[in-house]
Amino acid sequence: MEWLERNVPKLVLAPSFVAILVFVYGFIGWTAWVSLTKSKLMPRYEIDGFGQYGRLVASPRWDVAMDNLFIFGALFIVISMVVGLMLAIFLDQQIRSEGVLRTIYLYPMALSLIVTGTSWKWILNPGLGIQEMVRGWGFESFTFDWLIRPEMAIYTVVIAAVWQASGFVMALFLAGLRSVDTEIIRAAQVDGIPTHRIYTAIIIPTMAPIFLSAFIVLAHLAIKAFDLVIALTNGGPGYATDLPATYMYAMAFSRGDLGQAAASAMIMMMVIFAIVVPYLYSELRPRRDH
Amino acid sequence: MKSVLAASTAMFLAAPAMAEPSAEVLHWWTSGGEAKSVAVLQDQFKAEGGTWTDMPVAGGGGDAAMTALRARVLAGNAPAAVQLKGPAIQEWYEETGLADIGDVAGENGWAEVLPPQLAEHMKCEDQWCAAPVNVHRINWIWGNKQILDANGIAMPTSWDEFNAAAEKLKAAGITPLAHGGQNWQDATVFETLVLGLGGPDFYRAALIDLNPEALTSDTMKQVFDQLRTLRGYVDDNFSGRDWNLATAMVMNGEAAFQIMGDWAKGEFLAAGKVPGTDFVCWPAPGDGYLYNVDSFAFFEVEGEDKQQGQKLLAKLIMGPEFQKVFNLNKGSIPARTDVALDEFDDCAKQSNADMNADAGDGSLLPSYAHGMALRGAQAGAVTDVVTNFFNSDMSSDDAVQQLADAVAATM
Repeated sequence: MEWLERNVPKLVLAPSFVAILVFVYGFIGWTAWVSLTKSKLMPRYEIDGFGQYGRLVASPRWDVAMDNLFIFGALFIVISMVVGLMLAIFLDQQIRSEGVLRTIYLYPMALSLIVTGTSWKWILNPGLGIQEMVRGWGFESFTFDWLIRPEMAIYTVVIAAVWQASGFVMALFLAGLRSVDTEIIRAAQVDGIPTHRIYTAIIIPTMAPIFLSAFIVLAHLAIKAFDLVIALTNGGPGYATDLPATYMYAMAFSRGDLGQAAASAMIMMMVIFAIVVPYLYSELRPRRDH
Repeated sequence: MKSVLAASTAMFLAAPAMAEPSAEVLHWWTSGGEAKSVAVLQDQFKAEGGTWTDMPVAGGGGDAAMTALRARVLAGNAPAAVQLKGPAIQEWYEETGLADIGDVAGENGWAEVLPPQLAEHMKCEDQWCAAPVNVHRINWIWGNKQILDANGIAMPTSWDEFNAAAEKLKAAGITPLAHGGQNWQDATVFETLVLGLGGPDFYRAALIDLNPEALTSDTMKQVFDQLRTLRGYVDDNFSGRDWNLATAMVMNGEAAFQIMGDWAKGEFLAAGKVPGTDFVCWPAPGDGYLYNVDSFAFFEVEGEDKQQGQKLLAKLIMGPEFQKVFNLNKGSIPARTDVALDEFDDCAKQSNADMNADAGDGSLLPSYAHGMALRGAQAGAVTDVVTNFFNSDMSSDDAVQQLADAVAATM
């Protein structure tokens, strides 16, 4: 009985532990193995060295995909956080019908990225969307054709992604703002400190953990971004908006080049590790100030 | 007791001979006319006493079906027949082996009724392993008859004539070329130019043999120059447009020409347009015929009933009746050369006549853009360069260099 009491938690956790061991770590290992082989249509298991990674680095398309990941990731994270924080601060001014506004801003998060991508595809299409509408108002020379310009198309992905995610970031920050001790704010107000200083010197610094959470959530959204690109630009024009995930999909499923796909998947995982490991390290190390 | 045992043994032994043919068929013909076409095959198969297990997997132009196939093959349980085409057949043969349907082919005289170039695609190391369903011609130019007549333009017989016509149309405020900015459409236009400007021998050297000298030759630079010229004849909103929307532009008089395979004809016909009066089908300038042949490959299966089913299916697919009905529905022409074409339209008749003529002089060539000439990784590498060129301001010199490098990286 005592044994059971001690081991029930372990027994309950065991199935999911085994499942994770096999389906996550097992398949990461399998992918790593395949990335070292000459697999084409079907997996082959003779190790062949790092040839697939060499091909990957030499491929101009992979180059574009990695550049896009950094442009998209950086802009998406920064703009979403800034917009989310602004919205949260504005909503935090004890305004009327805050509940309604909050719901409106949070709503895009409830949509599937495919829906977001498709509607933004229409909004940004020069012949259908914003450009056509403004021209219809009489501004004949108005041009907004980023969607079809290879060097600008990646920014349309940023626009759609920010629209989708900033409401969610707002909700995170709003919770953070509400958790700041109102006594401190009152005291500051009594001392006659201007509102913007209260925010920059007191409220935002106490919200540091929220920033970190928001960053981690947004960063992993950025790295695995796939459906939004597929719906919005399908990687085009040309392959100007390819991301590592769409590259991997094309290699694995359209081209029968499993080795390439596995190598690109491994690189994506390393990028995620580069972000997550420092975070875990900072979270898990023993705190000195307690 | 003994007699019971003997009887049951006898039954057991006799059973395979009486097995009903059955076949599981993996395909991605799920939309309108295509689904109707598969239903014809299904009905014929059932009429012969077979059990048909349909396994349609839609999505991604066959990508989803290929994923399903991979899973089934890894599980050691491949479907009897799979919609596969071009070098992918031989690629699968090398990975897993395919069933030999040589006796069906022999009995029904496939070698006599198929153009030798097409027959070659159906063989794995000299044994028959696949059966062709249809032939699509790729290098067509579709024109809007009213627009062309109104502007006094005849269908072009050279690319210079095409350019002259396009300039005239542009001046008249009509989009000369309807095009959709999807990479396979860019590739379709590209291969039409490679054949049109370089001729059959150059096409073979460049896009089938991937000869580095051909890829970096001056002819290839001219091809890219012409592709850049064509880019100027396309409207601004072409990015990501589906091919049928581009066809609709020609139909509605927004654009004059489209370079596209003969599935575009289906769109015209479905809208009630008549070839010759409303629209023109015209072989793209240059000598030769680019084909895309859909086919079914036969995987190795266990069990007498399944093997019987496979053979029956192969026989029916190549049967003249199915070849006729299927292709009337799909807009292509039969792969068999002995099917009467009375019920087909003029475009199909011309396609057939050109195919037979070009089969004789070696200018009947597989389409690279539609997965008939190259394996997936190499075709993809070429397409990457072409689509990047079409959507940027890359120079033709850079393009040929990138082409050669990209191809070399996949070898």
